[in-house]
Amino acid sequence: MIRYLRNRLLLAIPTLLGVATLIFFMLNVLPGDTVETMLRAEGGNPSVELVAAERARLGLDRPLIVQYGDFLAGLATLDLGQSHWTGKPVIEEVMLRLPITLQVAVLSMIVAIAVAVPLGTIAGLYQGSAIDYAIRIFAIGGIALPSFWFGMIIALVMLWSFNWLPPLGSPSLMTDPMRLLQQLILPAIAVGYRYSAILIRMMRSSVIDALHEDYVRTARAKGLRVARIVWRHVVPNSLLPTITMIGLEFALLIGSLVVIEQVFSLNGIGRLFIEAVSRSDFIVIQGIVIVLTVIFITVNLLVDLAYAAIDPRIELG
Amino acid sequence: MRNPFATAVSDGLWTEAPKHSGFLHRYVLGQPLGALGFVLIVAGFAVSLLAPFIAPYDPLATDYGNAVAAPSLAHWLGTDSFGRDLFSRILYGGRTAFLIGVSASFVGCTIGLFVGIASAYIGGWVEMIIERFLEILLAIPITVLALVLVSSLGRNLVYGIDLNLILAIALPIIPKMARVARSQALTIRSQSYIDAAVTLGFSDLRIIFRHMAPNITGPYLVLLTAFISQAILIEASLSYLGLGVTEPTPSWGLMLAGNAFNTAMTAPWIVIFPGVAIAVVVFAFSMFGDALRDALDPKARADR
Amino acid sequence: MYSERSGMMEMGEVMEQVPAKTGASDDAPTLLLSVRNLNVQFRTNDSLVHIVRDVSFEVRAGEILALVGESGCGKSVSSLAVMRLLSDPKTTRFTGEARLLGKDYFALPEEDMRRLRGRDIAMIFQEPMTSLNPLLTIGRQIAEPMFEHLRLTASQAQVRAIDLLTKVGITDPERRLTQYPHELSGGMRQRVMIAIALACNPKVIIADEPTTALDVTIQAQILDLLQSLVREMNVGLVLITHNLALVARYADRVSVMYAGKIVESGTTRQVLETPRHRYTEGLLAAVPRLDVPRMARLQSIPGQPPSPRNFPRGCAFHPRCPAASEACRSQPELSATDKGQRYACIHPATAWLATTQTNTASDPANDRLVRAPVLQVRGLTKDFHLKRGGTVRAIQGIDLDVPEGGTLGLVGESGCGKTTVARTLLHLQAASAGTATFRGSNILSAGKSELLKLRQKIQVVYQDPFTSLNPRHRIGQTLAEPLLVHGLCVDKRAARARVEELLDLVGLPRDIAERYPHQMSGGQRQRVGIARALGMKPELIICDEPVSALDVSIQAQIMNLFADLQNKLGLSYLFIAHDLAVVRHISDVVAVMYLGRVMEIGTRAELFERPRHPYTRALLAAVPSLGDENRKSQAHAVVKGDLPSPLNPPAGCVFHTRCPIATDACRSTIPPAVALSQTHRVACIKAECP
Repeated sequence: MIRYLRNRLLLAIPTLLGVATLIFFMLNVLPGDTVETMLRAEGGNPSVELVAAERARLGLDRPLIVQYGDFLAGLATLDLGQSHWTGKPVIEEVMLRLPITLQVAVLSMIVAIAVAVPLGTIAGLYQGSAIDYAIRIFAIGGIALPSFWFGMIIALVMLWSFNWLPPLGSPSLMTDPMRLLQQLILPAIAVGYRYSAILIRMMRSSVIDALHEDYVRTARAKGLRVARIVWRHVVPNSLLPTITMIGLEFALLIGSLVVIEQVFSLNGIGRLFIEAVSRSDFIVIQGIVIVLTVIFITVNLLVDLAYAAIDPRIELG
Repeated sequence: MRNPFATAVSDGLWTEAPKHSGFLHRYVLGQPLGALGFVLIVAGFAVSLLAPFIAPYDPLATDYGNAVAAPSLAHWLGTDSFGRDLFSRILYGGRTAFLIGVSASFVGCTIGLFVGIASAYIGGWVEMIIERFLEILLAIPITVLALVLVSSLGRNLVYGIDLNLILAIALPIIPKMARVARSQALTIRSQSYIDAAVTLGFSDLRIIFRHMAPNITGPYLVLLTAFISQAILIEASLSYLGLGVTEPTPSWGLMLAGNAFNTAMTAPWIVIFPGVAIAVVVFAFSMFGDALRDALDPKARADR
Repeated sequence: MYSERSGMMEMGEVMEQVPAKTGASDDAPTLLLSVRNLNVQFRTNDSLVHIVRDVSFEVRAGEILALVGESGCGKSVSSLAVMRLLSDPKTTRFTGEARLLGKDYFALPEEDMRRLRGRDIAMIFQEPMTSLNPLLTIGRQIAEPMFEHLRLTASQAQVRAIDLLTKVGITDPERRLTQYPHELSGGMRQRVMIAIALACNPKVIIADEPTTALDVTIQAQILDLLQSLVREMNVGLVLITHNLALVARYADRVSVMYAGKIVESGTTRQVLETPRHRYTEGLLAAVPRLDVPRMARLQSIPGQPPSPRNFPRGCAFHPRCPAASEACRSQPELSATDKGQRYACIHPATAWLATTQTNTASDPANDRLVRAPVLQVRGLTKDFHLKRGGTVRAIQGIDLDVPEGGTLGLVGESGCGKTTVARTLLHLQAASAGTATFRGSNILSAGKSELLKLRQKIQVVYQDPFTSLNPRHRIGQTLAEPLLVHGLCVDKRAARARVEELLDLVGLPRDIAERYPHQMSGGQRQRVGIARALGMKPELIICDEPVSALDVSIQAQIMNLFADLQNKLGLSYLFIAHDLAVVRHISDVVAVMYLGRVMEIGTRAELFERPRHPYTRALLAAVPSLGDENRKSQAHAVVKGDLPSPLNPPAGCVFHTRCPIATDACRSTIPPAVALSQTHRVACIKAECP
C-alpha cells in the first residue's frame, strides 16, 4: 500500500512537470503580451521604451530558457511566482481562493454520486420500463443543459418562488456551515447535474452489461433472492467502470466550476483564473493550471484506491 | 417492485415474425431519440443557413425605445436591453454555434485520429512519447486548456470568424480522440486479418489506409458528433465569460453574459431562450451520436 | 470389433486408477426430471427464431443423459429453459412441461421457482473463467446457496464448503476459501463451480459444455469427477456437449439434437453403434478417431448447417441427407424401435458398421519422410519480456522438420507455445534465437526484399474464420488484392478470372465473390481463408488451428479439402492443433509440445502406436474416443494436476510436476532428445525403458 502510493506519487511528477512545461511554453512562445495589455489598460498607447522598461523590471527580457529554469526552480520550492498585475505571490492568491472552489467541488461530487448510483442501477435493472425512460430523460437533461445556464435558471426559480438568493460574503465551514451550505448548494447542483448525468449513463450501461454476465447467471442459478443478486453481484461489478468515469470526468467538473463561479459570484480559483486570462497575467494562469492539475491527479489517485478496494484483482503491492 | 429476473412459462408460441424490418422501424422506432436528434440537426442547420431570409429583424439593429420588451407578435421572443430582437439574434447565433462547433470538432478529431493510429501502428518509443504527451494534455480540463489557449493565442479574425477561437477549442479535443483512435487501432491490429495482410506482404501504408483506417471510421464519426456538442458548449461558456466570440457577433453564450442575469430577474426571456437554443442543439448532437454508436456497435442492443 | 490402442495396457500400470463406470441396474431408478414438449422462441426486431422445438427428455437417479448436437442446434438454450433462466418475456418465450419428482415446476410462480434453483436443480456452465464473480471470495460464493436455501450459519457453511472442496478434489481447501477466482486456474474454477452446484445436495445437475473451455487432460479430470459424484450421490446429470467422444465415454443415454429437435435418442450403445437417423450416422462418420485405423478420407456431411432463422420444413436434415426423398419434406415423428431407441427418420440407416471399415488408409508414404525437409527449424526460442518484469519463456529451443509435400502436425495444450511457433515463423514476432531454413535461406534473419519473396512461398490459414477476413471487403476484393499487389495478375480482369479459379479450387460457388464475410457461414469463411493463401501459389502453408472453431460436420469437409489440395498441388503443411485425432488424421509426422519444448516427435505410426514420452501417453489416454463405449468397464488413466505457468516453468524436465514416473534426476536435468529411430525422438530420460 505505502509502496503503491509512493510509486504513484513518483509517476505523477513527470506528468506535473510535463503540464508545467507545456503551459509555460504555450504562454510564452505563442503571441500575446502581459505588459502591453496591462499598460494599455492603464490608458493610452504605451511607448516602445515604456514597454521595454516594464519588461525588464519583470524579468521578461531574459532568454526564455533562463525564465523557464527560474520557473522550474520556483516550482520545486512551491513558489509559483508573482502576479504581473498585482505583484502579489500567486501561491498566496491561490490559497486564499482554493477552499471555496474545493468545497463546491466536493459538494457537487457527493451530490452527483449519491444521485447517480441508485438511479443508474434502477434504470439498468428495469431497462425499457417507464421508470427507465424517466431516468434517462433526467440524464439527457444533464448532458444537454449548459451548467452555467442551468445555474442561472435555478437561481432565478428560487428567487421567483421563494424570493431567496444565496447569501453573499464568505462564511466559514467551521463557524457557519449552514450559511456556507446555502451559499454553495446551488452552484454544486448546477455543476453536479451534468456530472451525475454522465455517471448515471455509465452506471446504467454497466448494470445492463453485468446483467448479461455469466456470474449473474450463476447467481440466478443458485436461487439467490433478487436483492442479494443486485447488491452482491450486479452493483459492485457495475461500480468499477463508474468509478473510473468519476476520475476521468473530474476534469470536466473543474472546467464547469471555472464558469459557475462567475454565475454565482463566488470568489474562488475560477474567478481568479478568468481575471488572469482576461488580463493575460501569464504567471497567475500557469500557477492556477498547475494547482488544478495537482487536484486532478490527487482525485484520480483516490479513485484508483477506491477501485482497488473493491477489485481484488488490483494489487496495491 | 417487479422482479427483473422473473420468468414464466408462456401461454402459447408466437406464430409469425414481427413485420418490422423496414427503415422506419430500424432507425426511427428503434432509435427514436437519435432520429429526433437527426431531424433537429438538419432543421437547426437549415434555419441558421437561411437566417437572413427568416430573421424578421437585423440582429445588430438596436432600438432603445423597445428595450427589454416581452415576447409579442412583433418580437416573438422579446428583445434584449439594447432593444435587439432575440429571435433574430438566436437565428444568427446558431450560425456561430454550428460553424465553430463543427469546425473545431472536425479539426480536433481528424488530427486526433491520425495521431492515434500512427502511435498504435509505429509503436516503440514514438508511441511512448505520444502516450506521455497525451496523458499530460488529458490532465488539464478541456475548458481550462481552451482558456489558456485563448489567452495566449489572442484573436485572429477572418471574415468575422475568430480562427484562433476555433483552434483553442479544437486542440483540447485532439488527445481525447487520439486515445480512442489508438485503442481502436490496437484492437484492429490484433485481429487476424491484419496479420494476414502482413503475411501477404502488403506495405505498411496499404495496411494502415486500406485495412485499418476504414475500420475506425465508425468510432471516428461517433466521437465527431459527440465533440460537436462539447465544442458548442465550450464556445457558449467562453463567450459567456467574455473570452470567446466578441460583440457584436451574435452568439448564444454572449447573450447570457454581462448583466443578463440581473435583467432576467424581471425579464426572464432574456436568459431562457438562448439557453434553450444551446440545450436543443447539444441535445440533438448528443442523441444522434449515441444512436450512431449503437448502430455501429455490433454488440449494442437496440434499446440501449 | 475395434482395434485396441496398443499403449493402453501399459499406461494402466503406471498411472492413477480411476473407478470405472458400472452399468445401469435392472430395476429402473427413480425418475427425477422429465421434460415434455419444450419449445423456445427468440424474437428480435425483424426475426422470429424457433430455436427449440418440442424437445422431450428424462433423467433418472444416478444416470448421465447427454444432449448432443452442433452449434446452433438449441441444446444450450434448452438447458437454460429447463432451469427457467430465460427471463425477458419481450424477446423470449418458452412453453412445455418440466417435472421434478413428478411436480411440474414450469407452473410455479417465480418466487417458488427460485427456491428450487440451486437447491433441487443446479447448473454448471461452460466458461469457468467468467462464471464466478471476480469480486467475491470462493468461500463466499460456495456458501451463498447454503445461506439462501439451508439457512446455515457462517461457521456451518464454512465446514460444509471445506467438505465440498475436498470432495471435488481441491487441495488445501481452507486457504482456497479466502482466495478470489483470478487466483485459480480454469480447471480449479470449474471444480469450484461443481462444489457450488453440489452445495445443497441437488437432485439434478445440468452441465452445459462443462469442459469445452478446458484442456484435454483437465477435461478428463473434471468429467471423471462428475461421473463419480453422480454414482456416489445418486443425482441425475444432464450433460450438454458437442463432443460425441465424451458421450461415448461418460453418458448412459444420449439424445441427438439437430435444428432445434431431438432426432434420435436411446442408450449410448444403441445410438453410437446402431445409429438410425441419417444425421447421427453422418456425424459419427465425420469424427476423426484415435481408436480405429486411420481413414484416407473423413466422411463429411455435405452442405452447411441450417440457420436457426430459417430451418428447413419437414425433416430439417433433408437438404443434406443422402437418403432424402420427397416424403422427407413432411415432418417425421420420433418413433420407437423395440428396445426403446427412438428416431425421427423415414429412411433410417441400417448398415452403419460397414461404412466405417471401408477406406482405411495405407501407412504413411515413407518416401515423403526421407526426402529433404522443406522447412528445417533448429533451436527456435522466443522469450516475452513482460513490462512489469519477468519473462515468459514461450518457446525454449525446439527443432522441427516439415517434410516436403507432407504434413508436420504440432500438437499441445493451451500455453505450450504452438501458436508462437507459427507467429515467429511468419515474422509476425521476432524470434529470440534459432534458425528456420526454407529452400536454403534462413527465414528468421531474412531482409526486407528477401522476406517479401518468402511471404509468397509461405502462407498461413488462421484459426478464427470470423476475424481473419476484413469485414469491410467483399470476398472477391479480399482474394484479388494480393494478386494485384504482387503483380501475379496483370489487371483486374485477369485477377477476376484467377479469383474464380481459386473459388473453384476450394469448392465455393463463384458468386460468393460478391459477398461480405458476415454473410457467410464459418466453414465458407475458412474456405475463403484457404483460397487467399493459395492465391500466392505457396509451397508451405502454416495452419494455425484451422478447424478448431468449426463444427464436426464442417471440420471433416475442411480437413478433406486440405488433403485434396496437398495431393493436387504438392503443398507442405505445418499443421497446428490441440485435437490429437485431427492431428493424427492429417499428419505424416507429429511433434508434441509442452510448455515451450518438444516432448516427442515421430511419424504418425510411431507417435500414436508406440508413444514413449509419459506426456504423450497421458494426452492419448485423456482423449475420449467413440470406441470408449466398449471399454467402459476398463479403467482409463488421467494425469494429475494443472499446467504450470509458462512465466515460471519447472526446472529440469518441464513435465516432472505432473509425471507419474518422475525421479529426482528429472527435477534437475533437462532431458536431451533421445533418437529411437531415424524419425522418432523423445525428450525423456526414461525413454529407453519400455
